[in-house]
Amino acid sequence: MKDPYTVLGVAKTASADEIKKSYRKLAKQLHPDLNPGNADAAARFKDVSAAYDLVADPEKRGRFDRGEIDASGQERPEAAYYRSYAGGPQGEKYRAGAGFDPSDLFADLFGRGGRARGGEFRMRGGDVSYALTVDFVEAAKGASKRLTFPDGRALDVNVPPGTETGQVLRLRGQGGPGIGGGPAGDALIEITVAPHPFFRREGDDVHAELPVTLTEAVEGAKITVPTIDGPVSMTVPAGSNAGTRLRLRGRGVARKGGAAGDQYVTLKLVLPKEPDSALKDFVKSWTGRDYDVRGAAGVGG
Amino acid sequence: MSAFETIAAEIGVGADEVAIWVERRWVLPGRGGADPIFDDADRARCRMIVEFRRDLAIDDEAMPVVLDLVDRLHAARAELRRVLEAVAELPGVERDHLVARLLGEVET
Repeated sequence: MKDPYTVLGVAKTASADEIKKSYRKLAKQLHPDLNPGNADAAARFKDVSAAYDLVADPEKRGRFDRGEIDASGQERPEAAYYRSYAGGPQGEKYRAGAGFDPSDLFADLFGRGGRARGGEFRMRGGDVSYALTVDFVEAAKGASKRLTFPDGRALDVNVPPGTETGQVLRLRGQGGPGIGGGPAGDALIEITVAPHPFFRREGDDVHAELPVTLTEAVEGAKITVPTIDGPVSMTVPAGSNAGTRLRLRGRGVARKGGAAGDQYVTLKLVLPKEPDSALKDFVKSWTGRDYDVRGAAGVGG
Repeated sequence: MSAFETIAAEIGVGADEVAIWVERRWVLPGRGGADPIFDDADRARCRMIVEFRRDLAIDDEAMPVVLDLVDRLHAARAELRRVLEAVAELPGVERDHLVARLLGEVET
């Protein structure tokens, strides 16, 4: 059992008037009929009431202060609070007289026309979700896709440039029909971008790995490279290493109202598929064959 | 003993006071011939009025306002329960989302 003075938030020396004031303040906050459904308030009110019952009675307070009785056993009998009935059939007459008209609340939520009771009920249709997979290039450049709904309706969906996986397109009024002339809901289309064998997206930039021959890497070359806008010609400088990254400016995703991203091409050196004896002979007789690579990279031994 | 006297003795006030509450329509007992009938809800409501006055220092001026607000609160709760019962009867996944949201759970 808690100390009644602590429960009431007063000093042990508090006057009867101070105790009453503090009790009333707490009771106004915690009275169960003002907090229906709030178990915490109910429990605290019980403590507060029990504490007040003890210290408001000068005789009991004196005995408690002298240690003759403890704080327990002073609880009020569990009275049937009005709230136990207020929500049930017996409370109906009081609720009905309160002038609370929930139709106002529902009118706000569901757009019921007018305030008249019994008026036609209007409700916005539900949103319906769909999934749509688009090609990598379509998502990057934007495209119009035809979506066929389960009910047979077909709809052209405008996939904007730069669309990414997980993005949701909202088509107003293409969802479930409204009730009672209410507006239809929306169709929500979640986009999945299919992976591409050559391209990869990082934001508005497109990345790709381009195989080059030994000859092209050593001598340099002009190579035709695919981009999302079609093939372009790219210069591989003489002496390019594997892993060299070249930039094609402005060949990435062109978003509306923003600068276009770039395409980055990373060179991948590929030797002939079949071992070439002439190449082998050349390397064998090549005077510069033992050039240092690992030492320069700090992994030499 | 009249019905007024019985309830008045139970809650520790004068019978004339209970009669005034009924006159002011703070309490709405049923009618059985000449004598009013106080059911459990009416008796609990009388006790509530006593506590409001004694413990919360709500005077006769403020009492009708407080009672009206209590009644509105319970009307709103009853209406909310009706809505939630309707929600509980909805089929499918949308219902589950709605319930999760009303319970304050985070959807995954």
